[in-house]
Amino acid sequence: MLRVALSLIAGLIFGLGLVIGGMADPAKVQNFLDVAGTFDPSLAFVMGGAVVVTFVGYRLAFREHSPLFAEQFHLPTAKEVDARIIIGPTLFGIGWGLSGFCPGPAITSLSLMANGTLIFVPAMLAGVGLARFVTQKRLPKRLETTGGTA
Amino acid sequence: MDVITPFTPVASTIGGALIGLSAVLLMLFNGRIAGISGILARIFPPYTGSDAASAVAFVVGLMAAPLCYSAVIGGPVPQTVAANAVLMGIAGLLVGFGTVYGSGCTSGHGVCGLARLSRRSVVATVVFMAMGFATVFVMRHVIGG
Repeated sequence: MLRVALSLIAGLIFGLGLVIGGMADPAKVQNFLDVAGTFDPSLAFVMGGAVVVTFVGYRLAFREHSPLFAEQFHLPTAKEVDARIIIGPTLFGIGWGLSGFCPGPAITSLSLMANGTLIFVPAMLAGVGLARFVTQKRLPKRLETTGGTA
Repeated sequence: MDVITPFTPVASTIGGALIGLSAVLLMLFNGRIAGISGILARIFPPYTGSDAASAVAFVVGLMAAPLCYSAVIGGPVPQTVAANAVLMGIAGLLVGFGTVYGSGCTSGHGVCGLARLSRRSVVATVVFMAMGFATVFVMRHVIGG
């Protein structure tokens, strides 16, 4: 129950970060990706701010023997650079460029009810379900480690 | 057609710091990586743990954020979303499949993975960034002219 409540709060903070940082606007994301045109470097600051805070905060968190509300830290164990770590991000990057949406901003934008979002999110969930099905079938043991990465 | 968006380094850094704060809280308390694609995947069966409820709660928090923001600020969240149904459908499929198949998205690899100095995440982030830049370039400057 504590975990569920914490997740709700973390989701809210995450979503506010996306909105305040401008990542909930696909036009801003695509402008970040458009170096040759209407370039807007703002998103580098979102990434930078997030990585710095997470880098420092994780080091503090990992001083604990275990998470405060759970038995253990769930960290990805896969280390090797395999085909999936190339193919997946390749497909993702194309979809990200086409739409300006990655998963977090897309879900966050649902409540804003733009037509494009209402098409994108169900399609994205279908893709998630399909990938979950494919990876589960082929690599039953690795799903828990790699599927839980992000 | 291309909407010009203002450069917002301060707001974007604050937004990024909030995303980082969320990621740290999720790790410190729940022991979980704040990766949205992974959280979405956990909503789908098979349910290997008891954390589907936490995943749903996180998603509800995300969706509540724009409403809370508007309530406080008193204005709408600025947003321009492409309305082309075919384009958005294909993009959605690619993003959903690609992030779960590649074990992460902008948050899981680009934020949490980089912060953990994961080699896989560095590779993934370079690849999706490069493909994002290439796709927008082709769409806007090769096809779109």
